[in-house]
Amino acid sequence: MSATTAIPTQADAPARAGAAAPATIEIRGLHKVYKIGEERVHALRDVDLTIRRNEFVAIMGASGSGKSTLMNILGCLDGATKGAYVLNGRPTHKMGMGRLARVRNEEIGFIFQSFELLPRASALKNVMLPMLYSAKHLFSARRRAKRSLEMVGLADRMGHKPNQLSGGQRQRVAVARALVNDPALLLADEPTGNLDSKTTVEIIDLFRELHASGQTIVIVTHEEDVAGHAERIVRLRDGEVMSDYPTNDDPVHQDWIERMASGQGSRLEAARDETASVEGAEA
Amino acid sequence: MNPFRIFFAPLVFILRLCVQTAFLAIGQIFSRFVRSSLTMFGIIIGVAVVIGTIGGLTGMKGFVLKEFETFGARKMFMWGYVPEDMRTTVSWSDVKLTTYEANIILERAPSIEKLSPICSMRMDANYDGKLVRGVDVSGIWPDWHDIEDRQMIFGRPFSRIDIEENRQVCFVNAAAVDEMKLDTDPTGDYLQLGGRRFLIVGLVETKDLQFMGNGGDAQSEVFIPFETHKMMNPYTWTNFLLQMTDPEQAADAEASIRFILRKHRNLDPEAEDTFQIRMLQSVIEQFNVMANGITLVASIIVGFTLLVGGVGIMNIMLASVSERTREIGLRKAVGAQPLVVLLQFLIEAVVLCVVGGAIGVLIGMGIVTLLRQLVSWMSEAAVPPGWIILAFGACGFCGVVSGMFPAIKAASLNPINALRHE
Repeated sequence: MSATTAIPTQADAPARAGAAAPATIEIRGLHKVYKIGEERVHALRDVDLTIRRNEFVAIMGASGSGKSTLMNILGCLDGATKGAYVLNGRPTHKMGMGRLARVRNEEIGFIFQSFELLPRASALKNVMLPMLYSAKHLFSARRRAKRSLEMVGLADRMGHKPNQLSGGQRQRVAVARALVNDPALLLADEPTGNLDSKTTVEIIDLFRELHASGQTIVIVTHEEDVAGHAERIVRLRDGEVMSDYPTNDDPVHQDWIERMASGQGSRLEAARDETASVEGAEA
Repeated sequence: MNPFRIFFAPLVFILRLCVQTAFLAIGQIFSRFVRSSLTMFGIIIGVAVVIGTIGGLTGMKGFVLKEFETFGARKMFMWGYVPEDMRTTVSWSDVKLTTYEANIILERAPSIEKLSPICSMRMDANYDGKLVRGVDVSGIWPDWHDIEDRQMIFGRPFSRIDIEENRQVCFVNAAAVDEMKLDTDPTGDYLQLGGRRFLIVGLVETKDLQFMGNGGDAQSEVFIPFETHKMMNPYTWTNFLLQMTDPEQAADAEASIRFILRKHRNLDPEAEDTFQIRMLQSVIEQFNVMANGITLVASIIVGFTLLVGGVGIMNIMLASVSERTREIGLRKAVGAQPLVVLLQFLIEAVVLCVVGGAIGVLIGMGIVTLLRQLVSWMSEAAVPPGWIILAFGACGFCGVVSGMFPAIKAASLNPINALRHE
């Protein structure tokens, strides 16, 4: 492992996970070229990225930076044009669509901006969905789904349909669904994009809890305050990795914190204070 | 994992997938009830019509067969006939059947037990000064009673002496009694037929045959001995009415009659018969040919309706695929194999078709039940189970065919684009 991970990134310096933690994601020399008519668009150029087990990484970048392309490849929804992507020891760049579907099922938990729950199915049925497509937990699907919903704090909402749940609760159901197959990687695409500040806090706190319990998490976001909760920020620009620092060393993020401190404060902090004051008042 | 689970897991997996998908599809049908009903309309109507037609046909078949049974399964007819290519050389009077031929058939064909020649003519009847024109007068032999199974109500049948001496005796049926205002028991009265005085010896029963149309109670009939009839009208046409010993030996009886008559008439081996033989068996066969024709037409109709219905199903499935693009994207993202997505939409189309078919079968059976209740002679109308199975099979096939293209479309969707679809 050490021989292949000789990519000098700042994150390789002992982070919280420690240098000994095995890599969950290993990307080497990744290129993605789209053909739009005659034109060839180089969405990703020679990306190298290693994410170790139990890391909490935010991927940031402006639109057109290749953020979404990288997300799709990380999620095995799309193949790379060139380069290697090893997910949890599985060389996905050598796989066809059928095998990739299986990898998505077993190794990746997806969380989407707009939740993507089945509207007519109960929370429990929604959480059971990934297990419908795998024979792995055939006889324990319901039990696992219940456990997963308990984990995100929705034990009393199992029979509710998505339209009977609040936005935060819907996203919790989505998180429960993502976790139900014990994935190696939890992949969230703008998970708080459709939520108000207060529920954003809820979901971010949930992510932190999961991280604390050992889950590897990758969030794609454009919100600095959300990214601030990750322990490492990877920034993309024009299809290349522009910077890759632990959050506390990230100059852009530190700049942002200073700006916020001098200004009105972050949206997130404000929401947190508000919650605290409401709770305080209630107490 | 214990061995049981390892062995059954793939099976249970597929089964669970199919069952869940089927329930999902039924849910879809009910959640869009109006749309689904309109979609299934073609299939419902097509199946209902075919089931109704087949049920009605079964009822008609049962009725006709029952009629034939009353008519007599052992009965045969024959008459002289000039084949097409002999029409220039042979006249119809040359091929007329004779009593001599009747006698040699009776003598030499062991499978024929009874025979009566029949000739018939309309004559003017005069009773007690009242004239009735155009009464149907038939000449027969006494065996006619047994062959037609029409016995005397009053009086006696013709005796051997009546035949041998060409006596002027007759018997009538009830309709003739009514029409000519005879006594209720006309035995012993005299009736004038074609200017000759006939002694009425009895009243014969009339058989109730709804379907075959002959001998219906509305028609007046007078019967006189065959020889007497021939003596009065030597040029009338002659038919034979025969009875076989056993309906199973119909082919045998026909063959022996042909042999006897061809030999008697000195026909060349390559010449066609100058007579024709018909028996009930062939009438039943003709009816069966007709029934099969109707069945074929019904099958073609069901084929076309299923085609049209299938186009409707395909249309709605395509709409469903494009409406549920995001759902398909999600299912693929969480690991649904393309083949599984294909299966899901295929099952949905099949469920739609089979549900439509089931409703159609129910409606069709309702029609058949109504027929049975309301139409007296349709008492045996029923739908054969084979046709119900066939209807469901055809609907399932229709579902597979019409669902295939939309299902392939769904299975080949790119999950990234599908998830971004608005």
